[in-house]
Amino acid sequence: MGNINHVCFRNFDLDQPWTFEAYENMGGYKAWRKILRGELTREFVLEEMKASELRGRGGAGFPTGLKWSFLNPNAPGQKYVVCNSDEGEPGTCKDRDILRYNPHQVIEGMAIAGFVMGATVGYNYIRGEFYEPIERFEIALQEAKAAGLIGLELKDTKVAFDLHTHIGAGAYICGEETALLESLEGKKGYPRFKPPFPANFGLYGQPTTVNNTESFASVPIILEKGSKWFSEQGIPNNGGTKIFCVSGHVNKPGNYEVPLGMPFSELLELAGGVRDGNKLKAVIPGGSSAPILTADVMMKIDMDFDSLAKAGSMLGSGAVIVMDETTCMVKVLSRLAHFYDEESCGQCTPCREGTGWVSRIVHRILHGDGKPDDLDLLDNVAANMIGRTICVLADALAMPVQSFIRCFREEFEYFIEHGKSMVEGN
Amino acid sequence: MKIEIEIDGKKLQVEQNSMIIEAADNAGITVPRFCYHKKLSIAANCRMCLVDVEKSRKPLPACATPVTEGMVVRTRSKLALEAQKSVMEFLLVNHPLDCPICDQGGQCELQDIALGYGADASRYDQGKRSVADKNLGSLIATDMTRCIHCTRCVRFGTEIAGITEMGSIGRGESTEIGTYVEKSLSSEMSANIIDLCPVGALTNKPFRFRARAWEVLQARGVSAHDCVGSNLHIHHRRNKIMRVVPKENEAINETWISDRDRFSCEGLHSEDRVTTPMIKRHGQWEQVDWQTALHVAVEGLQTIAQTQSPSHIGALASSNATLEELYLLQKLMRGIGTNNVDHRVRQSDFHYQQATALMPTLPVAIADIEQQDLIIYIGGHPQFEQPLINHRIRKARDNGATVIMINPVDLKHNFDVSDKLIVANPLLPRALTAICRALSEQNPDAKTSAQELLQSVTADDKHQQLAKQLLAADNSLILLGAIAQHHQQGGLLHGLATLMASLGNSRVGLLTPGANATGAWFAGAIPHRGPAGLNVAKPGLDVKRMWESQLPAYLLLNLEPEHDCANSQRALKALHNADLVICVTPYKTAAMEQYADVILPMAPFTETSGTFINIEGKWQSFTAAVTAQGESRPAWKVLRVLGNLLELDGFNYVASTEITDELQALTANINSDQQINKWRYPSQLPAVNNGIERITYWPIYRSDNVVRRSVPLQNTPISDAPVIAMSQTLAEELTLKAGEDVVVSQVDTSITLPVKIDNRIAGNVVYIPAGFAETAALYESFGSVNIERK
Repeated sequence: MGNINHVCFRNFDLDQPWTFEAYENMGGYKAWRKILRGELTREFVLEEMKASELRGRGGAGFPTGLKWSFLNPNAPGQKYVVCNSDEGEPGTCKDRDILRYNPHQVIEGMAIAGFVMGATVGYNYIRGEFYEPIERFEIALQEAKAAGLIGLELKDTKVAFDLHTHIGAGAYICGEETALLESLEGKKGYPRFKPPFPANFGLYGQPTTVNNTESFASVPIILEKGSKWFSEQGIPNNGGTKIFCVSGHVNKPGNYEVPLGMPFSELLELAGGVRDGNKLKAVIPGGSSAPILTADVMMKIDMDFDSLAKAGSMLGSGAVIVMDETTCMVKVLSRLAHFYDEESCGQCTPCREGTGWVSRIVHRILHGDGKPDDLDLLDNVAANMIGRTICVLADALAMPVQSFIRCFREEFEYFIEHGKSMVEGN
Repeated sequence: MKIEIEIDGKKLQVEQNSMIIEAADNAGITVPRFCYHKKLSIAANCRMCLVDVEKSRKPLPACATPVTEGMVVRTRSKLALEAQKSVMEFLLVNHPLDCPICDQGGQCELQDIALGYGADASRYDQGKRSVADKNLGSLIATDMTRCIHCTRCVRFGTEIAGITEMGSIGRGESTEIGTYVEKSLSSEMSANIIDLCPVGALTNKPFRFRARAWEVLQARGVSAHDCVGSNLHIHHRRNKIMRVVPKENEAINETWISDRDRFSCEGLHSEDRVTTPMIKRHGQWEQVDWQTALHVAVEGLQTIAQTQSPSHIGALASSNATLEELYLLQKLMRGIGTNNVDHRVRQSDFHYQQATALMPTLPVAIADIEQQDLIIYIGGHPQFEQPLINHRIRKARDNGATVIMINPVDLKHNFDVSDKLIVANPLLPRALTAICRALSEQNPDAKTSAQELLQSVTADDKHQQLAKQLLAADNSLILLGAIAQHHQQGGLLHGLATLMASLGNSRVGLLTPGANATGAWFAGAIPHRGPAGLNVAKPGLDVKRMWESQLPAYLLLNLEPEHDCANSQRALKALHNADLVICVTPYKTAAMEQYADVILPMAPFTETSGTFINIEGKWQSFTAAVTAQGESRPAWKVLRVLGNLLELDGFNYVASTEITDELQALTANINSDQQINKWRYPSQLPAVNNGIERITYWPIYRSDNVVRRSVPLQNTPISDAPVIAMSQTLAEELTLKAGEDVVVSQVDTSITLPVKIDNRIAGNVVYIPAGFAETAALYESFGSVNIERK
């Protein structure tokens, strides 16, 4: 991997890379210090962000620069930037490592974002189970404050940015940005109906921008090395590198930060190939809510937002779940359905009732009680869940359901007919 | 600003910031919905109102999608109907569909909408969720398995009742609606969630299983318990009242009613209801026919009028009596030849009665209370006196108004009070005078005849600050609650509030007790003025003097003096000593059986026609929902016959509307001169007694004879018990402990009450509720008391 330029993981070969010292020696806080000295303008930073073609790393892939331009920095009233570190998408574990090994880069990215949007206060909402990342981030934050880089009253500058750590309590839905804001306000994590969007009515009703940890961590480098350098790491419209969390049936599972647009076959090779020399069966390319793709599709695909969307799935959070020929798809879907059934917040009818219904149908197929009509029923119930709720949690189950049935219908039919899996060993 | 949109092919001009559902509702286009309610915030969670909006791939919720210029909406296109039907299917997945045994059957939004959007048979064939029921107290029954999680009840608590007691707990399919803490609801408007609930999860506990919605008939009614005059729908079956629900009236009660208005009907059929005329002969009660009873009453009255004098007879009425009843009562008394008629039974101070306006009304419409910039509320607890006025004050506060409380007890409100002045009860007049002084200092242009009085007090920083706030407000209102009106210097307090208003460019309104105090003033049920403020040559006795004079004869209308009067012991003494006591009443009490000689059974508000004038001066007439029970008769008929038997002129009414018309005609006679306040202020304030003083209040569910008999209301957590409340400081001074029984005495009588420590009470003051048999033996409701350890 020597020839790959890293962004978020650029300091991983250092000893104790998470310290303030290590980050500064690497060139960290250079951009932020420039801003504090008044050497960079908001307009310049925003233009660089747009030119970098950085797309949101949380799942939706919305252009970050464009998102930042929705906030008017000169509008009166408090504005906020919020970092979404509530990494809950099954298969995803990248933000955890960014917070563990490179927390200062997130802090600097958030501070720069605050400057561009005129937000003087930021919150990093970190998943509650992340004990070590929370600790590392909090220590880093205290270091940055002690160094006079973060705070409401900083020396010799008119710029101010204060930052707080907030610890989540373990609900998947709080990774949805408006549920996250509700939770941050101390309320139950229910997604809000949009519009109004957070840019108009966000935290405590004030203009707010929520970005993913990886997005924020990419910002300092864009300013350090320039937007051109960054965008050239990837392919057009998909700037920069992306961390893929490769899990499942590979020899070397882990986080791989690679240029966007890398062919899947190369990524698979980096991860040591399929385990035991087995044949690849299918891949969930972007976290559990992304539709599944079969091996033949995957082996021809490039790992970027546009290519995966074209293939009917999505890049999502970058969680690549690899499954070999020994995998029973009914079992996988049952596990997924159970997850979404557990994690639905219960606010909207189609999701509250639909996730449970779907989960129970798949469960009965898996336990040999499937009925001949179940696949059509599943497909239809899933269709009725898509696009009819406040947030996309319902879609996040419905899309996998439809894609599993589409790609592996015979496997499901076999299970219903015979009461057991078509795949040996299951 | 209006913009043009199109819904189902209809071009509509709609308000720019409205939602599709509002535009559709206004155009009479039905969009199915569960979570949406026009009085609550938008939740957009039920997803039933999904509609097809051009240029949107997905169906959008009509309740949460704002209209835009040129928007084209289809509520019944294939996309819309598919979405709506799928949501209905999801809603029914876990709904028990137990309509045949559900109390909501026939009046259920889910049932109605399922008829249009549900499938014949369910595709869901697995186990359904069951949810444990919650105990919400004596008013609301729960069947939480039926809940569809629309959260209307939750939002009602937070947004309307101002008390977050309900919430959704758990997530996903395990979401449950309930109370955060297992307890009964303590809002005075809690039962509105019964109407809001679109399914049978929350139902009317007393009414439940009594009747089906399609079996009942609906009559219009007006609340008989407070001066708001909330509009009611009274549901009855086979001549029996089944339940009461709100009748929407945006100008008065919006879509709500208080729990008192809803559940008072449970007291209508109590066991002590009298349905036959009764007379006492040789100390024994006998049930007799009307002729006999009326004969005894008339003969008694005539004997006293002839052998002594008509002014030896006194008539007292409840302020819940109808306009027609009150008018006939005063006509009867004045026909006999006396002005001894009054309804102000809770008032202690009558000194300034000539100075007040023709009748107490608010200077603004009820609906306009919420538009005020500043409201000063003096002496009382709006939430438990007039819940729906309180609701408007709360809305004013939500709209950013400053709400200031001046009270002898730092009562809890369901909104954040902007500022408050808590003073010991006897010092209330001094506090108001000090504010007036501050006002006159800050506003030297304002003229006042009370200079001498103002010079006798000093204004501290707090008074100056309150005065400053009042002067800074463009639209302000000063309201007087029950404590201020019933205070031993209630007349003076009213005068001082009026002075505050004139110095502070504000306006004063009284929030009177009962449903028809305004009507009582207009009808002339006061000793010093006739109907429509007509001058009276020689004023009769007011309530206080009627009791103190120990008259030989009393005529009581809809009144239980031991529970309803300021000086209940004085009243009881006078009644016991009288030769003749005639009670026109729907109920009898143990005390009444002692003091009364004739009981004439009258119809309560649901069984008579009549009119109430509410506090904004609105006349609201109603007809009887059901016929009078047994031999009881509408009181206007009883009074009419009494008039006839006493051979008085002008008592030949055939219908109560003839009386209403006669009164309506009198409005033309109102002399504008009588509307002017003619206050003469004393040169200094009365001396303050340093002993222990009593404040009496009527708890919300002890306020009148019907309410007191409603068992479900008595079993709510906001139903007070007879206790004596005092601050810790006072308790320590008297070496008393919480819960300890103490002997409370006034003049020559004493009762025993348990002590309650309440540090919200300022000064050497004890707070004792009225309306209980236990406290009836006390004298002045505002005055000194003696407290000793038992």
